Amino acid sequence: MEPFLQFLINGITLGSIYGLIAIGYTMVYGIIGMINFAHGDVYMIGAFNAVIVYLVLGILGVTWVPLALVLVLLLAVVLTSTYGWAVERLAYRPLRGSFRLAPLITAIGMSIFLQNYVQLLQGARNKPLPPVIQGSFDLTSGSDFVVKLGFMQILIVVTTVALMVVFTYLITKTPLGRSQRACEQDQKMASLLGVDVNRTIGLTFVIGASLAAVAGFMVTLYYGVVDFYIGFLAGIKAFTAAVLGGIGSLPGAMLGGILIGLIEAFWSGYFSVEYKDVAAFSILVLVLIFRPTGLLGRPDIEKV
Amino acid sequence: MRQTSLFDPAFLRPILAFLRPILIDAAKAAGIATLLTVFMVGIRTVDNPQGLQAEYRFDDVFTAVAIVFFGRIALSLLSGGRVLAGLVVVGGFSAWMLIALLTVGETGIGLLPKPFASTVVCWIVTLAAIGFSLRGFFLLTRGDKGAPAVFKEEGALSLRRMTPWIGAALILFAFVMPWFDFANRRIMDMAVLVLTYVMLGWGLNIVVGLAGLLDLGYVAFYAVGAYTFALTSFYFDLGFWVALPVCGAMTAFFGVMLGFPVLRLRGDYLAIVTLGFGEIIRVILINWWWFTGGPDGIRGIPRPTFFGMEFRRKPREGEETFHSFFDLDYSSVDRIVYLYYIILLLALITNLFTMRMRRLPVGRAWEALREDEVACRALGINPVNTKLTAFGLGAMFGGFAGCFFAARQGFISPESFTFIESAVILAIVVLGGLGSQIGVVIASILLIGVPELFRELQEYRMLAFGGGMVLVMVWRPRGLLSHRDPTVRLFKGRRTKSARPSEGTA
Repeated sequence: MEPFLQFLINGITLGSIYGLIAIGYTMVYGIIGMINFAHGDVYMIGAFNAVIVYLVLGILGVTWVPLALVLVLLLAVVLTSTYGWAVERLAYRPLRGSFRLAPLITAIGMSIFLQNYVQLLQGARNKPLPPVIQGSFDLTSGSDFVVKLGFMQILIVVTTVALMVVFTYLITKTPLGRSQRACEQDQKMASLLGVDVNRTIGLTFVIGASLAAVAGFMVTLYYGVVDFYIGFLAGIKAFTAAVLGGIGSLPGAMLGGILIGLIEAFWSGYFSVEYKDVAAFSILVLVLIFRPTGLLGRPDIEKV
Repeated sequence: MRQTSLFDPAFLRPILAFLRPILIDAAKAAGIATLLTVFMVGIRTVDNPQGLQAEYRFDDVFTAVAIVFFGRIALSLLSGGRVLAGLVVVGGFSAWMLIALLTVGETGIGLLPKPFASTVVCWIVTLAAIGFSLRGFFLLTRGDKGAPAVFKEEGALSLRRMTPWIGAALILFAFVMPWFDFANRRIMDMAVLVLTYVMLGWGLNIVVGLAGLLDLGYVAFYAVGAYTFALTSFYFDLGFWVALPVCGAMTAFFGVMLGFPVLRLRGDYLAIVTLGFGEIIRVILINWWWFTGGPDGIRGIPRPTFFGMEFRRKPREGEETFHSFFDLDYSSVDRIVYLYYIILLLALITNLFTMRMRRLPVGRAWEALREDEVACRALGINPVNTKLTAFGLGAMFGGFAGCFFAARQGFISPESFTFIESAVILAIVVLGGLGSQIGVVIASILLIGVPELFRELQEYRMLAFGGGMVLVMVWRPRGLLSHRDPTVRLFKGRRTKSARPSEGTA
């Protein structure tokens, strides 16, 4: 029982991070129908920005931890969302309305570019960060297996929940959310009705990148180490999560993220750590075969 | 500003009105560039025993922002009808950079200062600027869209008519190339590498270009082929020529097995599932260590033999080597040349096979399926079987290439079969123009050969590779030589051999 509880906690923590990245994939897919392959690398850039900003704040003498963390979060989000916007502007917007494979290829190119960009600028070795938030609650006592709930884990889950609330409000209640949903349904009609499609799509990338930046920030604090390659696997898993939840569906992305996190945690806990990636991918394949629209996705009707 | 006494305001006002939006635009771009670079480029994190430390490089940030600012102005001028003004800006910049770079002597300081400390970055910027100047020049002299005639519709058509001749010339050149003087060991190695990718590209072209199935895990089949040869040679002592068909059969089998459950999926889902398969195969290769050697890989894979004769200096007991049999002096290049001819032949077989398949009912069904799956179903084409044949055949050629790769390297490990390989092969196919056989050759030379020439610039290689992929795609979204028109034409008056209506309909 105790190990189960521990795996559950770890899985939900990991899943929250996947979920945050997955939202970026699912939003972009919903609105322009492409796999934003570079999104995982935007997340990596977010993690790096967090490390650099943290370092700078340390040099500037901001040592009070809560203030430093809030500043790091804000700056990392601003810087990273600029990257998200720039990627869209440079690599995807010129190809809008082009054939389907073209933006996918530029996305792969962008992904390679960003990875090497960071590797060149910041070096290939991974960056360790001293632990900022330590400590944990012990949930069980008496038995030989102590279930730990780390403060960092609480922070991650609470931040994710808070972001989801804000994000849901943004999508359902604000003009931006309305125009986003309008563009998702029919770009041409939306533009006829006065929605600035380019701006809306750009902002979609900004929002996606911001969420990825938060995820990167939290991963940096959680694991205490980043390198230029973390974006690839995290990106693929987050995409898997988005597909699992039903691509285009925002709650689905979060649900899929949590599920992938849980699958990974339980698989590595009960079976083998080596094959945890295989587990995630196998689940993806099975879901796609038996329920191609994902768990919460709408069935799409193919029109002739 | 407006009331400057030096100039007449009435003369100045239209210029200002013209420049204002351009300057604002450029300032915005510069602001974005500042946000992008100020932390990422400006501060380098260095890990010391005491923890992370920072190094500052704000001069690079400044140059990057300045380049973005002026580049944006030049771009606005070029696209805003003021071509001459734009040309002056970009051309002046190119000239500056060229002088600065070409006059750099032993001391490392030229006549003019250059913006970046790194010569490579300077050259990249310069080449980009020269590219823009050329574009501006075209705009100025031709007054139209500025594309050279080759890339226009008529140009592309005439180019297509010439394609068989170009192809024949290329093949002829490929056959005689090893006999030229410049074909030293390094060039031949490179040619073998390029041809391997040409073959992979042609194999993937069946899947992506003809059948329109987006496969992001093609490297899985390459890996299966390579490991099939490595393992059969290790456990059963098979040679290259015996193992080659085994590899092909094995990967085709894998392709069909993997394809069967997933081919019902639509484009993007298929892409991500194939990507997943690629990763699964790699993870299995790493973790199944007692069978596959794990991350250490397999070494000692036998080289291809020439009718049983090996390419080595000293023959084994009771065997002849290639050079002793033909009474030649031993030369290590011989083996490379032999490998070169093997891969050339394999690649040409792939090409010939694809070209013939396109004329068969199943090949036509592939192309029809690519264009409209619903219509195909309505016409009674079985989409699953048709896709499976494409997937399986594409996989088979990937397997042949993998087998060759293992034989050439003599050592394989899962390291060689990462996702980036899949991406490179896919990029070759898409950059070349989906379905275009000769496009694959051009794209392979561009993506594999040219970066290989710049091996010294190792660290910038992949950066330029990724950036180049984006640029070429934005420049020509349908690939360098795009033609998506069907193999079969039913136009009046333009009857090609294949257009006879009686010929097989699927």
